Amino acid sequence: MSKPLMVDARAIRKSFGSNEVLKGITLQVEQGQVLCLLGPSGSGKSTFLRCINHLETINGGRLYVDGELMGFREKTDAIYEMKPSAIAKQRSEIGMVFQRFNLFPHLTAIENVIEAPIGVKGISKSVAIEKAKDLLASVGLSDKGDHYPAQLSGGQQQRVAIARALAMEPKLMLFDEPTSALDPELVGDVLDVMRKLAQSGMTMIVVTHEIGFAREVADRVVFMDGGVVVEDGTPSQVIDKPKNERTKSFINSVL
Amino acid sequence: MSDKQNSDDVVAIPLRHPWRWVSAVVLVGLLGLFVYSLWASPNINHEIVTKFLFNGKVIAAAGLTVTLTVVSMLIGTILAIILAIMKLSTNPVLKLVAAGYIGFFRGTPLLLQVVFWGYLGIIYPTIDVGIPFTDMIWWSEKTSLVFTSLVAGIIALSLNEAAYAAEIVRAGILSVDSGQAEAAKSLGMGSGYTLRRIVLPQAMRVIIPPMGNEFISMLKNTSLLQVVAVMELYARTSQISSQNLAQVELLVVAGFWYLIMTTVLSFPQSYLEKKYGRGFSVATQKSRWLRVGMKGNV
Repeated sequence: MSKPLMVDARAIRKSFGSNEVLKGITLQVEQGQVLCLLGPSGSGKSTFLRCINHLETINGGRLYVDGELMGFREKTDAIYEMKPSAIAKQRSEIGMVFQRFNLFPHLTAIENVIEAPIGVKGISKSVAIEKAKDLLASVGLSDKGDHYPAQLSGGQQQRVAIARALAMEPKLMLFDEPTSALDPELVGDVLDVMRKLAQSGMTMIVVTHEIGFAREVADRVVFMDGGVVVEDGTPSQVIDKPKNERTKSFINSVL
Repeated sequence: MSDKQNSDDVVAIPLRHPWRWVSAVVLVGLLGLFVYSLWASPNINHEIVTKFLFNGKVIAAAGLTVTLTVVSMLIGTILAIILAIMKLSTNPVLKLVAAGYIGFFRGTPLLLQVVFWGYLGIIYPTIDVGIPFTDMIWWSEKTSLVFTSLVAGIIALSLNEAAYAAEIVRAGILSVDSGQAEAAKSLGMGSGYTLRRIVLPQAMRVIIPPMGNEFISMLKNTSLLQVVAVMELYARTSQISSQNLAQVELLVVAGFWYLIMTTVLSFPQSYLEKKYGRGFSVATQKSRWLRVGMKGNV
């Protein structure tokens, strides 16, 4: 193993009631790696993403981010649930971008970006605003800071959401189908921002249906189905020469 | 878009609505007749009405009514937020306590509760602070001196209000998309911070209109405190009328002031609706927009 691991998921299991959604996912992501998670809906890829920042509590396995066990404290005798404040601290170092943006509608774009740095990290307002302006500029929205989310297009909202996550200076970015709710002509702007972010060396896990993006930007593509990892490899291996029948039929259906 | 007229602008002659005019005229006429019948009635003494309308005692009583309303509403709302959070929490003890509280205070008439707090001194003649079941008592006072009729009245109104408003606040919190709390969590915000900064400000939009109703109900319900001898507007006017036997005249005086107060107190509602509606409706966005634009930055 060349680089240190950012995410180390070992045999992750997750059930909702009697429905087991993740049936033992083992996946390691190196620092700086860009990993695209593909799979049909219901395959558990979004659930797995949400387990990484402990939005969902896992039922089995161990999940480490940057060497730290997520959501639990491990002692020799047992593992203990963490205090909410400790979980919040862990989450603050992991950025997440949602399919439906989830911007705060009562705050302007720039207020969305500065809320967590000021409220969670305790950064002064003036510093946070300077930084937020830079971030909004980097996602191509320097003139939209005073706009409310309702005044922005879907693509613009999603780029604000990316800036909001980046404002916390995360070490890992999770993207949960970031372009699935967008009109086709708006997808490109969001993918451009993500491409730039990938080039800057950010560790990214992207749940997506954008095969083109996965092929071009990802270092690694993982195909999931039925709560297990079916195929794992470089984009050319998984997308262009899939070995598994399920992967093949999925790739054919979305291409 | 501008005011400029284009040749293909639609300049249509508006549809006529003759029945609106007819019905309006009929209604205004009926209302006029009713007011006239009151005014011309030999059984209502106008001099007494005008004499007491701006009587110092009546005005002071109206002032007390406003104070009672505002104080009880404030305490009630704070309790309501706490109760709503308790009812929504995952802690089974808190949930049960909140549900029990709401059930109890909604399940008994407000008048009964007012009288109960007024009679507290009969159940507990003294209030002692000390260690239970021992002789250690650090502080003791007669209940009637602590729970004066005014205090008892405020307690009765606020505790009752809390039960109703708790459900309004809870509905407001539930109306906020769960993705909001999730996004807040993912940014490392704690649950208290999320509630205060993200969820409640959005819930307010849903909470305020029914709370406006509650405010007006409260203003009128203060009249129940007459039974524990709080000299609010209704108690004062009925006290006066019991002396001069001009019951109807003083009802008119009381009704006039209640109407004025409810009308005036309705104004803050539209301000609050605008304030918490920012980001949601186009009209309020515009005003905020201009404000931000003039300031130059955030």
